[in-house]
Amino acid sequence: MKNLILLALLAVTLQAAQAQNRWFTKEGYVRFYSHTPLEDIEAKNYQVNSLVDFSTGDMAFSMLMKSFQFEKALMEEHFNEKYVESAKFPKSTFEGKYIASSPIDPRKAGEHKVTVRGKLTIHGVTRDVETTGTFKADGNGTVIGTAVFTVKVADYEIKVPGVVKDNIAESIEITVKTEYKPM
Amino acid sequence: MRKSLQIALLLFAFASFPARAQDLLDMLNETEEEPVEYAFATFKTTRLINGHSIETNSGKELLFLISHRFGRINGGASEFFGLDNATIRLGLEYGITDRLGVGVGRSSFEKLYDGFVKYKVLQQKSGAENFPVTVTLFASTAIKTLEWPEPERENYFSSRMYYTFQALVARKFSEGFSLQLSPTLVHRNLVDSLADANDVFALGIGARQKITGSLSVNAEYFYVIPGQISSRLNGEEVQNALSIGLDLETGGHVFQLHMTNSRGMVEKLFVTESTGNWLDGDIHFGFNISRVFSLGSSEGKGEKKKKGDDS
Repeated sequence: MKNLILLALLAVTLQAAQAQNRWFTKEGYVRFYSHTPLEDIEAKNYQVNSLVDFSTGDMAFSMLMKSFQFEKALMEEHFNEKYVESAKFPKSTFEGKYIASSPIDPRKAGEHKVTVRGKLTIHGVTRDVETTGTFKADGNGTVIGTAVFTVKVADYEIKVPGVVKDNIAESIEITVKTEYKPM
Repeated sequence: MRKSLQIALLLFAFASFPARAQDLLDMLNETEEEPVEYAFATFKTTRLINGHSIETNSGKELLFLISHRFGRINGGASEFFGLDNATIRLGLEYGITDRLGVGVGRSSFEKLYDGFVKYKVLQQKSGAENFPVTVTLFASTAIKTLEWPEPERENYFSSRMYYTFQALVARKFSEGFSLQLSPTLVHRNLVDSLADANDVFALGIGARQKITGSLSVNAEYFYVIPGQISSRLNGEEVQNALSIGLDLETGGHVFQLHMTNSRGMVEKLFVTESTGNWLDGDIHFGFNISRVFSLGSSEGKGEKKKKGDDS
């Protein structure tokens, strides 16, 4: 029994230690950009939630589609109403892992190139994505994660009507910038 | 007993053991606060058909609205089913803020000028805060600039004036279905006879049902409380306005095509002066085409949102 209690305590402590390597933000930034000869469309979301666990390499992102801000209010309305159907699919999420060449100590200043792999869910459709990114730690309790990648609109079953087909690019560039703080 | 305690202890310890990505996502979901969801796109544009909808233009957005109503389709082939005989209203509407809008228009029918102010007082919302309907207050003035029918008598400029006040109340019941009630007061400074009320009360009811993301069917009816209008117009009794239409949205344009028994596109005309009778085929084909122009960037709005000030 005594050993068992010790074991249980160990497990809980381990978990606590693990948790210390979890870094978090509620104000991450995700931008998407669509370029066509006719029109450039850009939307920004400043309310992205993200967690990264530097001991396991696990990462997660979650954001509300309605929090994307467009230059034109009408674009925002059409985006939510017709394209990503925010009422039906309010959130977009990512869950995956980063792979670094050597373990990252988020408390030590330094820049680390990583490959991120995981599942991206938009419009209720989940696809595997892979991209490269960086973690930049300032050594003072802030880690900035950045990544740029592209997704195809058609992959996520987002229907673009014929009349605006020339205004919306087939591939959308997604920029992610998150400033993590320890949990 | 002791054994089960041991098992429970073990389970407790290991159930909370290092989390995987899936659990991270769950953790994120737990930390998220429930947002306030404002109903948006209750209707496609600022008009249901003839009447105003609860929608206002977003701040710094200019809407150009071209509306036509043709003659009666029972005019037959010689009138090309009414198409020979068009009346037009040109209008501009501007969103001062996301909730406050102003507009002006000029109708060829009665050479009528109109101007209005519209303010979205309450917004339908759900989630962390709840409110069941959106309420927009509407006030307009119309000036008829036709030549005086009796120039020999003393005519006052005020006799050209008409005023309309509406409290528009709408609810978006689902993604596809929205319903609006529009209690309406039309004040006419000059009426045809003593038996006609200067203040005409009416209740409008309108609805839209989406067919696809870009196409919807709309209907609108204005019920004038009986006993307020007794004069005939060109020998015809005044009818309640009934209109049925389609909204088609293409990027920045909204095309509204409709059938209505009203000739005019301003409240005083369609609420108090519709004379077409649907059952007799006195139906006018018509359309509204609106185009939205953004005059300013709404980037600043984003900063506001960031601080949680959504209104």
